[in-house]
Amino acid sequence: MDKFTTLSSVAAPMPLVNIDTDMIIPKQFLKTIQRSGLGKNLFDEMRFDDDGNEIPDFVLNQPAYRQAQILVAGDNFGCGSSREHAPWALLDFGIRSVISTSFADIFYNNCFKNGILPIVLPQEQIDVLMDDARKGENARIAIDLESQTVTSADGQQFHFEIDPFKKHCLLNGLDDIGLTLEKVSAIDSFEAQASQARPWV
Amino acid sequence: MTVAKTLYDKIWDAHVVHQDKDGTCLLYIDRHLVHEVTSPQAFEGLRMTGRTVRAPEKTIAVPDHNVPTTPDRENGIENPESRIQVDALDKNAREFGVNYYPVNDIRQGIVHIVGPEQGWTLPGMTVVCGDSHTATHGAFGALAHGIGTSEVEHVLATQTLIQQKSKNMKVEITGSLRPGVTAKDITLSVIGVTGTAGGTGYVIEYCGQAIRELSMEGRMTVCNMAIEGGARAGLIAPDETTFAYVKGRPHAPKGAQWDAALAWWKTLKSDDDAPWDKVITLKGEDIAPVVTWGTSPEDVLPITASVPAPEDFSGGKVDAVHRALDYMGLKPGQKLTDIEIDTVFIGSCTNGRIEDLRAAAAILKGKKIKPGLRAMVVPGSGLVRAQAEEEGLAQIFIDAGFEWRLAGCSMCLAMNPDQLSPGERCAATSNRNFEGRQGRGGRTHLMSPGMAAAAAITGRLTDVRELTGEPVLTG
Ligand code: SF4
Repeated sequence: MDKFTTLSSVAAPMPLVNIDTDMIIPKQFLKTIQRSGLGKNLFDEMRFDDDGNEIPDFVLNQPAYRQAQILVAGDNFGCGSSREHAPWALLDFGIRSVISTSFADIFYNNCFKNGILPIVLPQEQIDVLMDDARKGENARIAIDLESQTVTSADGQQFHFEIDPFKKHCLLNGLDDIGLTLEKVSAIDSFEAQASQARPWV
Repeated sequence: MTVAKTLYDKIWDAHVVHQDKDGTCLLYIDRHLVHEVTSPQAFEGLRMTGRTVRAPEKTIAVPDHNVPTTPDRENGIENPESRIQVDALDKNAREFGVNYYPVNDIRQGIVHIVGPEQGWTLPGMTVVCGDSHTATHGAFGALAHGIGTSEVEHVLATQTLIQQKSKNMKVEITGSLRPGVTAKDITLSVIGVTGTAGGTGYVIEYCGQAIRELSMEGRMTVCNMAIEGGARAGLIAPDETTFAYVKGRPHAPKGAQWDAALAWWKTLKSDDDAPWDKVITLKGEDIAPVVTWGTSPEDVLPITASVPAPEDFSGGKVDAVHRALDYMGLKPGQKLTDIEIDTVFIGSCTNGRIEDLRAAAAILKGKKIKPGLRAMVVPGSGLVRAQAEEEGLAQIFIDAGFEWRLAGCSMCLAMNPDQLSPGERCAATSNRNFEGRQGRGGRTHLMSPGMAAAAAITGRLTDVRELTGEPVLTG
């Protein structure tokens, strides 16, 4: 997993609320058995028409946002299916951070496993960043994970909260499984004790 | 002095392997369910790092999302990509030695139906699956939730999950349901009240008389859609109904172990003075048969209502409703019962159990579906299918004009050939009405099995009570 430290980028505005994982990556692209290559189908049904041509109005098809690494999105981003293909597709397209007032739980967790930073901010601050995002190349948003700040194009700084363990893993690009396996003796003793207390499990 | 705890607190505490200073916990996982769509990358990850499955005996694999449901499926899967995924699961399940129900095993079915049916899901357990509707298993008083593929790999390798504790939310349904009102109407109505983000950060415990009066099938329907309300998991405290369902299932404890298990299960309930972070109460009598009109499960109304207008909403929802009405091809003010449908889908992990098929068949008995309509029943498992055939339900469906399919997810998410065409409108017993969920451009209305059966007869969204002659009382 790639580390996440700082990021400065154009942000794509997606004010729609309840953007679900079926929109982010429609199910016909879930048939892969790999993690990579999904970026070309990100937001497929919003981005392309039935013949596979780009829909010019869609934000990521506009020249200013083709290289965007940040999304500023409406409430409850990533709701719906647990498919990790959603963050895989975002990452493969180049998105490293999504900023919203709220995220669906599983999507939020899945982001961290893939080096994507989901940031929760209150509505007033999202409004400022959404305005920035609408300015395309004329406004860049800066994110600093260490200091937990987002800086708008005109220099307003917003602090965000993040779980310290998730922050540590993201900053250092650490693999969860490796970390957990360091605690294998605790798992062994839990299993031994549980097989006494609840042998039917 | 002991601290009062919720059911969620109790199950959580019984599974903490390790707790960090910041509260992050390593939680032990008792059951890991696996299907073909969200697992190939996880098994591949194990192979690449030379890791193994820590507890294959606690891991259960079954293909469901991609499998065709037509009778010819024993001849193999035509779509090459679907076939690759199902073959990958077959190979992984055998190589890593996990419990496995292949496509042509009669016990195959939707993972959330197979788990309880085989007795893998028991009260007080932690249950995970790379699938958001894992919440279903909460009906047994098990802490059950969906995980992503990286977490699937984590559970395979370590039998644990790194977790932060959620908050406690109580959803109480008082009194009894009126005739024609079902578990599906409860769960949709709750989402109508809380919104799809209302449960975010919480584990919900459903309680109250109307919940107690539900069968296990109904309780699974309620918990199944906890995720549509944004919650991490839904829970119902186990009781005699639960124990009776579990007893005698292939993987349920037997003999002395049954007695020991039962003694513990009986302690699994929230203490009277347990603290709740959020409480929602609905009166059972006030719940009507409902349908969804939009493209989010929170877009719920009683069937007696009319399509709302964007101006009835505020904030970001106004634009979302404009978009939803446009997508659904509906006009504000249109009566819901005037909306004509093209297709009926009865099935899914929400409503693909025997009781759901009984409820639909009761409406359809001796009747025919509207000519020209496409209608299909997809039982949730091979065993549900067999039982429905034995009870004569299959014949009722076939006589009415339904297709009688093999078990799988089917048109719930249309990863197999069962899909809607653009503009095609479907009365569905599944759980998601998102844009494109049942096929690109397809329009989904969610409802109970009885309501879907009623719609099949009339060809439009229909109040099931019109056909049963039960009084239409709305609170
Ligand atoms: S039936 Fe539908 S919701 Fe349930 S597991 Fe299958 S695809 Fe998911």
